[in-house]
Amino acid sequence: MGLMARVSTIFKSKVNTVLDKAEDPRETLEYSYQKQVEQLQNIRRGIAEVVTSKKRLELQVSRLQQSVSQQDDNARDAVRANRDDLAQEALSRKQGLEAQVGNLNTQIEDLAREEARLNDLQQKLQTKVESFRTQKEVIKAQYSAAQAQVKIGEAFTGLGEDMADVNMALQRATDKTEGLKARAAAVDSLADNPAFQNDALPGSGDSIRDELNKLKSSSSVSDELAKLKAELGQGDNT
Amino acid sequence: MIVRILTEGQYRVEGEMLDSIYQLDEELMDALTQNEAGRFHELLNQVAGLVRSGEHLPIEHLVESDLILPAVDTTLEEAKKFFED
Repeated sequence: MGLMARVSTIFKSKVNTVLDKAEDPRETLEYSYQKQVEQLQNIRRGIAEVVTSKKRLELQVSRLQQSVSQQDDNARDAVRANRDDLAQEALSRKQGLEAQVGNLNTQIEDLAREEARLNDLQQKLQTKVESFRTQKEVIKAQYSAAQAQVKIGEAFTGLGEDMADVNMALQRATDKTEGLKARAAAVDSLADNPAFQNDALPGSGDSIRDELNKLKSSSSVSDELAKLKAELGQGDNT
Repeated sequence: MIVRILTEGQYRVEGEMLDSIYQLDEELMDALTQNEAGRFHELLNQVAGLVRSGEHLPIEHLVESDLILPAVDTTLEEAKKFFED
């Protein structure tokens, strides 16, 4: 069996849980409609949450960028005072902060995509719910309970699929924002704490890789220091 | 056949196109079980491309799908998790 057939099977079981079935099919229509309206509200909440997370990250980026320029100033002052050790320290912090800014920007892009996706789903669902509402009124007005049962069938499953689809998208977006919340606290302390050290960054769990990363970072610090000295007219005279 | 691409919408796909989709779909499942993320991603997009060449059903149509394709940016991990749940 291919992937799509398997996904369908699993999905159908989800569909059965998103909509309530009642004894009287006309009641089923009403319950389902209520659920749809609730789900539209859920999407709106989901979008608001994604937007809040994104704003928070953007705020962090601007704070980290301030710290970056602060460290840059520190490095310049240190070079002018002939304190290479301090300059190296400042540049190393600066690079660590820049790496964080890069990470955050990736996450901001990711959230922007989620936001667009949810907005799109919201509009589609809105249209579908409206269509369901019209069909519901027609069925209620024109059919007996037994006939309504048949009529409802397909619209019901079709819409159930859409709702299960939206649920999954919402879950995905929530998972992402939850994951970011945990990281956000760590980044906050990074921007606040002037004694931030590169060593405080979590290791990759691979000691060789960590060691190599340190080497790489220390050589890029030396590069940047040399550049800074040249810029300030304090080339290495030794 | 009505095929749904999650978060995108539904399409009516028939004939040879459907055969190609079935074939790629088998490979897609294979990529998933073999943990080949790159191939999985590529095939997912390929299948989605074929499905999109079918007739796009209007949003206000409420019909059941015969086949469902995950959203095209679904990662291998997410797909696996979906089957575990």
